[in-house]
Amino acid sequence: MIAPSRVGGPAPAVHPPEGLGASLGRLASRHPVVWRLSSLVLFFLAWEIAGRVPISYAFPTFSATLVALVSMMADGSLFVAYGSTLQPLVIGIAISGVVGVVLGIVMGLSRMAEWLAAPLFVVLQAAPMAALIPLITFVYGIGLLAKTLAVIMLALPVIVLNGYKAVRNANPSLVAMCRSFQGTKLQQIAKIIVPDASPVIFAGLRLGLAAGFIGVILAELLITPTGIGDLITYHRSVANYAEMYAAVVSIILVSTLTLAALESFETRLLRPEKRRG
Amino acid sequence: MAHLAVAEAAIPASETVVAVRGICKRYSEVEALRLIDLDFPRGKLTTLLGPSGCGKTTLLKIIAGLIAASSGEVRVNGKPVTGPGPERAFVFQDFALMPWATVMRNVAFGLELQGMGKAERQSIARNYIAEVGLTGFEDKYPHELSGGMRQRVGLARAFAVNAEVLLLDEPFSAVDEQNRRKFQEDLLRLVDKERKTFIFVTHSIEEAVYVSDRIVLLSRRPGRVSQIIEPRIDRTASPDAIRRDQGYLDTVEEIWQGLKHYVD
Repeated sequence: MIAPSRVGGPAPAVHPPEGLGASLGRLASRHPVVWRLSSLVLFFLAWEIAGRVPISYAFPTFSATLVALVSMMADGSLFVAYGSTLQPLVIGIAISGVVGVVLGIVMGLSRMAEWLAAPLFVVLQAAPMAALIPLITFVYGIGLLAKTLAVIMLALPVIVLNGYKAVRNANPSLVAMCRSFQGTKLQQIAKIIVPDASPVIFAGLRLGLAAGFIGVILAELLITPTGIGDLITYHRSVANYAEMYAAVVSIILVSTLTLAALESFETRLLRPEKRRG
Repeated sequence: MAHLAVAEAAIPASETVVAVRGICKRYSEVEALRLIDLDFPRGKLTTLLGPSGCGKTTLLKIIAGLIAASSGEVRVNGKPVTGPGPERAFVFQDFALMPWATVMRNVAFGLELQGMGKAERQSIARNYIAEVGLTGFEDKYPHELSGGMRQRVGLARAFAVNAEVLLLDEPFSAVDEQNRRKFQEDLLRLVDKERKTFIFVTHSIEEAVYVSDRIVLLSRRPGRVSQIIEPRIDRTASPDAIRRDQGYLDTVEEIWQGLKHYVD
């Protein structure tokens, strides 16, 4: 696991007089990714040991889970499941992202909009969503619409509230600067307030995306057994625990990678100054 | 009659650009400024000096049009101020630089807001970046610069819009002492070169005496004009000679005697 990260830099392990520990330490301090990988390796190792003990019959080893994951990819069942899971997720996140950011900005700029909408989203954010999902089923059935709604209900409040707080707390000195150079209200919003608020808006989007994953999995577990939720439920019911864990791991993996992609997209697009250390 | 003739003859030499008439400012409980009357002559650097909380920054922001006075009016070239205008440019105490923009974009920002084309505004900005000594830093971001360099960006941005009046709100207060001295010397050179009217707010007596043609002393809250001093200092001398000049030292002492009773 460590070997690939050595390729880029000068290889410190070449110098024989140094102890292995010292050279590893230097390698790690130069490449923080080594620490992160080590943390993963340790976790998987602990998992493997716990699986071999075993702590429970229903707890597979890491290697068994990995094998199950590969076989589910090979027989295509994993991809079929993602096809149906991602549909409500993508639609729900797209709607929540656009509506949430716009609504958040409007609420940040106008007290009236804030008074009108903020209480609703504060309540929605505080509400235990899992309890509301059966209600969605009641009204909208078990189709795509119900699942999309579940995603939106979880993702939208945090996106809206972050956007609104970010805009409301935009640096007053920068706003005064824009006014002093006769910037119009529109320029003030587009060139100062939104860029200044963008890190917090994006933090909201990241949290919203994570909540969206929760929403879609909840919906698949509670509403209609389809997609990854179905994969989890099915393999549990037939006691294929390795497959069940593989499905869970895969959704964690997909969600983490999506969040990381969003973060790097944000840095690239809106905060060029963060690209340099 | 003779007295009047002298006064009339004196007008062209010290033509008023900014006239402050009867400005009062009260926040709900606090009276910040009371009946301020001041004239700021063209081409001069006038400093507003006073104890902290005397409302000097408030007065500067009223002149800038960033905050409204409770009563009274400010006229720039005879026209009453209702908000910020192109004939005034502001330099902020905390620099107010956009962290996501390069030095180049920050300096050109005033021109960008006016809708000037990219090539044109960048060539103007490049000129003022050189003027404040930041050539080579065009593509840096503010967090890569020192405090002194950041304020040079703020100054270049204010120069770039070619305003007649530059309003500087304690521009050096967040800059360390060594950079501050160098910066003051550069400012004097720019004042001489640009021939603009400067209104400068500071709480440092030495700084005020060193850079100013006129010093307006404000009293403690509610701020009122307590004294106007015109330091008689030979500005052609070297910076170090000025700081040892007897006139400079006497003026610093005189102002300190005037302000001493405001300090607890």
